[in-house]
Amino acid sequence: MAEFTRGFGARRRTPDPSLPPGQYLTDDFPVLSAGPTPRVPLDQWSFRIRTEKGPDTTWSWSQLMDLPIEDVHTDIHCVTRWSKLGTSWRGVSLDTLLAAVDTDFGYAMVHSYGGYTTNLSLDDLRGGKAWVAFEFDGQPLDPEHGGPARLLVPHLYFWKSAKWVTGLTMQKHDDPGFWEQNGYHTHGDPWLEERYW
Amino acid sequence: MIVGGWLPGLVEAVVQSTSHARILQVRVPDWPGNLPGQHLDIRLTAEDGYQAERSYSIASSGAGTLVELAVDRVPDGEVSPYLVDDVLPGDALEVKGPLGNYFVWDPTDPSPVQLVAGGSGIVPLLAMARARARRPEAAPFRLLYSVRSADDAMYRDELEQLRADGLDLTWAYTRTAPDAWAGTPGRLSASVLADAVWPVDRRSLAFVCGPTGFVEASADLLVQHGYDPARVRTERFGGLS
Ligand SMILES: Cc1cc2nc3c(=O)[nH]c(=O)nc-3n(C[C@H](O)[C@H](O)[C@H](O)COP(=O)(O)OP(=O)(O)OC[C@H]3O[C@@H](n4cnc5c(N)ncnc54)[C@H](O)[C@@H]3O)c2cc1C
Repeated sequence: MAEFTRGFGARRRTPDPSLPPGQYLTDDFPVLSAGPTPRVPLDQWSFRIRTEKGPDTTWSWSQLMDLPIEDVHTDIHCVTRWSKLGTSWRGVSLDTLLAAVDTDFGYAMVHSYGGYTTNLSLDDLRGGKAWVAFEFDGQPLDPEHGGPARLLVPHLYFWKSAKWVTGLTMQKHDDPGFWEQNGYHTHGDPWLEERYW
Repeated sequence: MIVGGWLPGLVEAVVQSTSHARILQVRVPDWPGNLPGQHLDIRLTAEDGYQAERSYSIASSGAGTLVELAVDRVPDGEVSPYLVDDVLPGDALEVKGPLGNYFVWDPTDPSPVQLVAGGSGIVPLLAMARARARRPEAAPFRLLYSVRSADDAMYRDELEQLRADGLDLTWAYTRTAPDAWAGTPGRLSASVLADAVWPVDRRSLAFVCGPTGFVEASADLLVQHGYDPARVRTERFGGLS
């Protein structure tokens, strides 16, 4: 059991069962990224999936917009301890994008404009759990928050929801991405507090 | 970097830094040491078991078990008012870390270093400047520190001392400036930034830290000025201002 901190607790927030352990509620939408914000014009934007099997599958912005678009209402949890409840997004499900793809590998490295990467298992990307999102609260996604498009994987800490996403490369092993090499957990389940190595 | 569990710590000293910020020296007997720029998580436990956790950058670096933090009060906050106004020497808390392997300065890197701090964002950058001061042969450092007024600057005296020892220091004021200051107080502008930072052709490595809005704005200014985005590292403390 932890030692008590004398006199602490007067300003506590009401505990909220919808928050994972160690998280607090915010109405802001703070930002976590390792460098400045890349700005990607839509006519230069593309999304590609690379496998061990054949040529890349690629979507332009307008091709992405032609796919079935889903509304997503979800809570999000950042490893820097803020959570935001009931956020609204629109995007294309990874189930739709991965349907076009043949792979025997079980993992993916997610690539972003600006060079950042994060690793995910296909189990965390499939089954209605992940989207390429381009709208937040009814507005096009701000560059600060990952626009034009970011991955949205809300059941994991939010760094897995890679901003400025531009592609997936299937990988045989769960090799760590940028954040994961720099100290964050390889999986990142907020309910299990998988924050750091 | 191997992060273990929570380590017990004991507040050893508290020093007022500004009217709204305080420096805390915390003794962590099992602290493994840390690199300049890393942070830790703090956990506070109330007597009924209620807990809260927050991240704080570390102003100290290297080996040793006395860890220095500096906390600015967020007025409607839960944890920072306790750390700034209430905690006393002898009080117990817990820490986890060191955390983060990217927002760190490597003393063997010969690149000039550009530090850009807003408010409490000075903390990890001070750790770097202090580490630099211990190694006269290391790369040259510039610091641009944006504060509301001279009285709002954390570590003001120590930074002036570091300036005397070779740190190239520029102050920027957003609300009230000392009479001797040439500029007009306000948000960091492109021209103030351009005058203060290393020229683009020096290929400096930049570290930008502070409230989220400040980091967004200043990192963008650096890139517009011609800095390579891959050489601008940022740490955002939260909040919108
Ligand atoms: C990696 C990292 C390192 C940090 N290092 C330091 C440090 O060295 N010194 C330091 O003083 N703080 C630092 N912070 C910020 C710190 O973790 C807390 O967020 C801050 O002390 C506020 O906590 P609180 O409990 O008082 O406020 P909360 O109760 O968490 O928040 C109250 C309100 O203030 C807003 N808010 C939260 N943080 C900030 C902020 N930084 N600025 C403005 N508004 C905010 C919240 O969104 C909320 O609306 C760091 C944060 C991170 C992620």
